[in-house]
Amino acid sequence: MLDKVIFYFFAAIAVSSAALMVTRRNAVHSAIFLITTLLATAGIFLQLRAEFIFIVQIILYVGGIMVLFIFVIMLVNLDVALHQIKFARQKWVALGVVLALAAQVGVMFWTTGKMPGQGFPVLVAAPANRLPAGNAEAVAQSLFGTYLLPFEIASVLLLVAMIGAVVMAKKRA
Amino acid sequence: MQAATQATIDFLKLYWAPLLCGVVIVAVLPLIAGYIVLVERKLMADMQARLGPMRVGPHGLLQPIADAVKLLIKEDIIPDDADKVVFWLAPVFSVGAALLAIGGLAFGPAFQIGVNLNVGILFVVGISALGIFGIVLGGWASNSHYSLMGALRSSAQLVSYETAGGMALVAGLLFAGTLNIKSIVEAQATQGVWFGFLAPVAFFTYLVASIAETNRAPFDLPEAESELVAGYMTEFSGFRWSLYFLAEYTNMIVVASVATTLFLGGWLRPFAGIRWLNFLDFVPPLLMIGIGAYCVLRMPRQPSRVQQIFMLAVAGLCFVAALVLAGPVLLPFVKPSMAAAVKPFYAGIHGGFWFIFKVSAYLYFFMWLRFTIPRYRFDQLMRLGWHFLIPLSIINVLVVGLALIFGSYFNLQGWALLLATTPAAILALVAALVILGMEQKSQARQETSSVTDFYVG
Amino acid sequence: MLPIGHYLFLSMALFILGVIGVITRRNVIVVLMSIELILNAVNINLVAFSRLYGDVAGQVFALFIIADAAAEAAVGLGIIIAFFRNRETVLADEMDLLKW
Repeated sequence: MLDKVIFYFFAAIAVSSAALMVTRRNAVHSAIFLITTLLATAGIFLQLRAEFIFIVQIILYVGGIMVLFIFVIMLVNLDVALHQIKFARQKWVALGVVLALAAQVGVMFWTTGKMPGQGFPVLVAAPANRLPAGNAEAVAQSLFGTYLLPFEIASVLLLVAMIGAVVMAKKRA
Repeated sequence: MQAATQATIDFLKLYWAPLLCGVVIVAVLPLIAGYIVLVERKLMADMQARLGPMRVGPHGLLQPIADAVKLLIKEDIIPDDADKVVFWLAPVFSVGAALLAIGGLAFGPAFQIGVNLNVGILFVVGISALGIFGIVLGGWASNSHYSLMGALRSSAQLVSYETAGGMALVAGLLFAGTLNIKSIVEAQATQGVWFGFLAPVAFFTYLVASIAETNRAPFDLPEAESELVAGYMTEFSGFRWSLYFLAEYTNMIVVASVATTLFLGGWLRPFAGIRWLNFLDFVPPLLMIGIGAYCVLRMPRQPSRVQQIFMLAVAGLCFVAALVLAGPVLLPFVKPSMAAAVKPFYAGIHGGFWFIFKVSAYLYFFMWLRFTIPRYRFDQLMRLGWHFLIPLSIINVLVVGLALIFGSYFNLQGWALLLATTPAAILALVAALVILGMEQKSQARQETSSVTDFYVG
Repeated sequence: MLPIGHYLFLSMALFILGVIGVITRRNVIVVLMSIELILNAVNINLVAFSRLYGDVAGQVFALFIIADAAAEAAVGLGIIIAFFRNRETVLADEMDLLKW
């Protein structure tokens, strides 16, 4: 019961903040709503007992990426943008396409249970007290064991991104 | 409906203690922060050979209450073109992050506020990093150049020192082997040595990084009064300013608690494992008796009747505290049958005392630094963070890891690990200083040569 | 844990909103933020299935996605800053240098 309340609470915050984020005129307001969406997503991760991903989301996404976004928004803040139209010319076509996509996915979910032999997996999730003790330990075992090569590649990727960002944003003398 | 009420009652039955702790903390922490400010003002006065606040209440002890009343009744001014919603939201972000970080801490073996989180220390560090948004959004919402510059400078400083502080914590966590706060302190108990001795460079790095994280001197350029007025806090007055203020002092308590947990043994007595040093258990009650006796001795010298009565009251409180502290230690001698029953009380009360003692020592060091060292200029600050502390902390993690492998090869335990980690610490320091020296030499060479363009040259 | 359909619906809703943001907004920074929203929706999906099957690989994958998103946001914002310095605009409609 508590699980349900927590899930619906965070899900409501996530969806409403996301909807508000894509419709704000002011970029800083959009950023604030993205922050609340990310925090609500972190709450969903916590509800799924994925504690390590919860805290990594908060430290990296909210504490790192969003700070970067807010810095850049303040650097390029144009007052002119506030009085201009915010949606591009193709907005009605785009909206139609997206609604078609949403309808397709919705229909797929709706009919999944109705056709014989199909449906969502009926596996029962591992009850919480049988999960491996220590989510951080399990992720660490997996990350530095089975997935060591992707880990090293990810670190090289971050190095490349760092160099790229510094070069792109450097002031030409 | 029936199921909902039943579920609520079950929830309250399970979680009433953390909820109560949360409410108590939110109610009591502003008062504690106010008294920490009073201690700081008294310390500042002592180091400047004067007396500090003495008028409001005996020895100025009601000064925080007067300050709180003043802040609450001030007019709430919002700048003209400011974004009202974000202006309201920014201090709330700062205070919310700081108070939520307090919720992840443990002040004693049984004093965990929230649940025993698997990623305890990371939770505290990550949530307290959310305070950056309060600063940046506050500076932006003020619609003033000074505020925005102060906010950007302050957040750049915070972000830079967060990396160094995090890597320093990693070096300390290599000894603990877990992120769980209780397990970290228990690891220090089983190994018999505080991790601050095993990883001195990491402790030093975290100390410096935490001073920068909380915007304290000598890294307080963004909020110093002689610089950008008050930086990002310029346009906030009255209650909003007190929220930022509360956030800053709560952050100080949080970083002190994290350092105490990881590097200073948490709630452990010094030399917790050694039995023949058990007489150190008597230090807390004796300390309290000493303070009480000092108050009694100074009572006749007080100028007025009120202050004499007040001194006696303080002495009485100290004696009561000494009694509470001495109880669990003396009882096993008086009644050996109750030895087992009194152990949790001993752990809780003495643990709480030692934890608060160490946090206070850390905060005293913060305040001591504030009144002693001049301020860093912003570019000096950034150079210290990026060119010295980050290489130092990263090399330290590498070298401490090597020392641990070396130590486990020779089966070194506890204090014997110092044989491996001290050379490692010296190596890390030397390497970082060499890097800093090379950086400064190349900087000097760059400044003397002509301006080169990155792509053209 | 709730039935998996709940998490799939949430993930789909966030994904659709992110796609709407990417396709219809003019401000390039908001487009980048919508891309982050899409990546988050995928993360929720991954972690939910990781919990369903008891396999921690889903969470490791989500970790890699977060690291990747950080790298992409950094480079993307660097490009935006460089463009803004040249053309003084962040609106996608006005970034038409290659049009004939």
